[in-house]
Amino acid sequence: MLLWSRRSRLTVLAVFAVVVLVVFIAPLATVVLAGLAGSWTGPLPSGLGLGRFGEALSGENLASLSVSLQTAFLAGGLALLLGTWAAIGAREVPEWLRRVTDAVFHLPIAVPSVAIGLGLLIAFNSRPLLLGGTRWIVILAHFVLVLAFAFSSVSAALDRLNPAYRQAAESLGAGSARVLFGVTLPLLLPALGAAAGLAIALSMGELGATIMVYPATWKTLPVTIFGLTDRGQAFQAAASTTVLLLVTLIALIALGRIRGRAALR
Amino acid sequence: MTAVLDRPTAPADSRPPRPRRPIRPILWLLPPLLIVLVVAVYPLIRVSLESTRGSGGFLGLDTWASVLGSQSFQSALWRTIAIAVTSTIGCLILGTFLAIVLAFVPFPGSAVVGRVIDTILALPSFLITLAFTFLYGTAGAVNALIGAVTGSTSPVLNFLYTPAGVIAAEITFFTPFVIRPLLAAFSLLPRQQLDVAASLGASPLRVLRSVILPEAWPALMAGGSLVLLLTLNEFGIVLFTGAKGVITLPVLIYTRGIVTFDLPGAAVIATVQVVLSLSLYIAYRVLFSRVTRGRQGTE
Repeated sequence: MLLWSRRSRLTVLAVFAVVVLVVFIAPLATVVLAGLAGSWTGPLPSGLGLGRFGEALSGENLASLSVSLQTAFLAGGLALLLGTWAAIGAREVPEWLRRVTDAVFHLPIAVPSVAIGLGLLIAFNSRPLLLGGTRWIVILAHFVLVLAFAFSSVSAALDRLNPAYRQAAESLGAGSARVLFGVTLPLLLPALGAAAGLAIALSMGELGATIMVYPATWKTLPVTIFGLTDRGQAFQAAASTTVLLLVTLIALIALGRIRGRAALR
Repeated sequence: MTAVLDRPTAPADSRPPRPRRPIRPILWLLPPLLIVLVVAVYPLIRVSLESTRGSGGFLGLDTWASVLGSQSFQSALWRTIAIAVTSTIGCLILGTFLAIVLAFVPFPGSAVVGRVIDTILALPSFLITLAFTFLYGTAGAVNALIGAVTGSTSPVLNFLYTPAGVIAAEITFFTPFVIRPLLAAFSLLPRQQLDVAASLGASPLRVLRSVILPEAWPALMAGGSLVLLLTLNEFGIVLFTGAKGVITLPVLIYTRGIVTFDLPGAAVIATVQVVLSLSLYIAYRVLFSRVTRGRQGTE
């Protein structure tokens, strides 16, 4: 509707296709191909095979994948719970307190994750809040970072929610607990599914705060991947990154299904 | 006079009754709020306190003086700002082009492209740097291709371990953050306006300049300031690039704090970075609320 002649349209679309291919598709494809490649000295990789994926799914790499998944589900689940609680709770309070809550919950988005990691390292390294050197400081770091996104997406969904459903239930005499569990939360379910998917994806890829706080016994997959590239094992790093991408996508799709099913109701 | 003013103008019980008891909702909000204060705000306060711990463990500003005066901090600060500003400009140009095509030059499969671009938002940023080493590294695919065509043995592309490599990676990774608000703004634009402008003889560039871009301006500003914030804070891309010449403030916090274990020094850099990021974030929020309020006003 902007370009009316066929030729100019095709030109613009060709430029668009090249840009999308070079900027977005090529990096993703390269990482997957490098993970499959035996070596890559020419324009194209050679010796394609699944050997590196076997390596990526065994030993230390598999342990890191498991650590990442446990961290993501635990931190993401807790963040979703608390973020939803705060987002719903912030509806009913006076305006000034709602603004304060909004600002405080968004703080971890605004500051660099490395600074959050440094803060947790300093603040939780002495009694009575001794978490340093345990897995819990990693989980706490992921919880803090993901909480901001959970709060923000649930708040946005609440803004879009039609208040008439809630008001109808209230006018029919439903108590506030019944309204919450019978009306508001079911209506929020698609947004909660999307928020959970985002939380898990972000937690799986988190590097900045983790690298500041992780103990040797609780290495997440991105930290292990950084170790691999640091030792010059770029191909193995690419294979592990591909595994990370696949697991993230599976989690996103699985949680997307929740959304699809909720939409059917 | 004061006595008259102080006297209550009406008996207390004739005030309009408050619609709700405000205390119970506040009590309900308190637990999550307290948890966030402990796990997010308190650590940042500890960082700024740690930065005032001078040599010998006493209160003092000598750590500040030595860090702020150091060559490594100053060059990292300017490099961080230069990389962030350049990347943001790149993201705005690329994002505007892609969003305009996605919104106004429909083609089969545009929804799929939109979803691919959306997926990038959820991926880890270091992925891009890793891909770039295979693509554009000195021993990478593109150099090998150029070498095979021209027959030269020395690599032609050698920008990966310079700020230009970091900027290229950041433009790739952060452009979706510009595209999304732009698409949202374009979807509010009535299609008839474009058709009318075109039917009156305006060229596509003129339609773009005088119909589309004025509408997109607030979204462009909001997306741009978000990208500026994210590029200032970016860590993974710079860490994986790993070259001496590209160290930015977040990576300097990491090397100071973890590699050389100088916590007060790292805390000084972190405090500077937090102040920088927070002021930008506040500006973004003000801008964003103005954009949404403006949109509500026109509806």
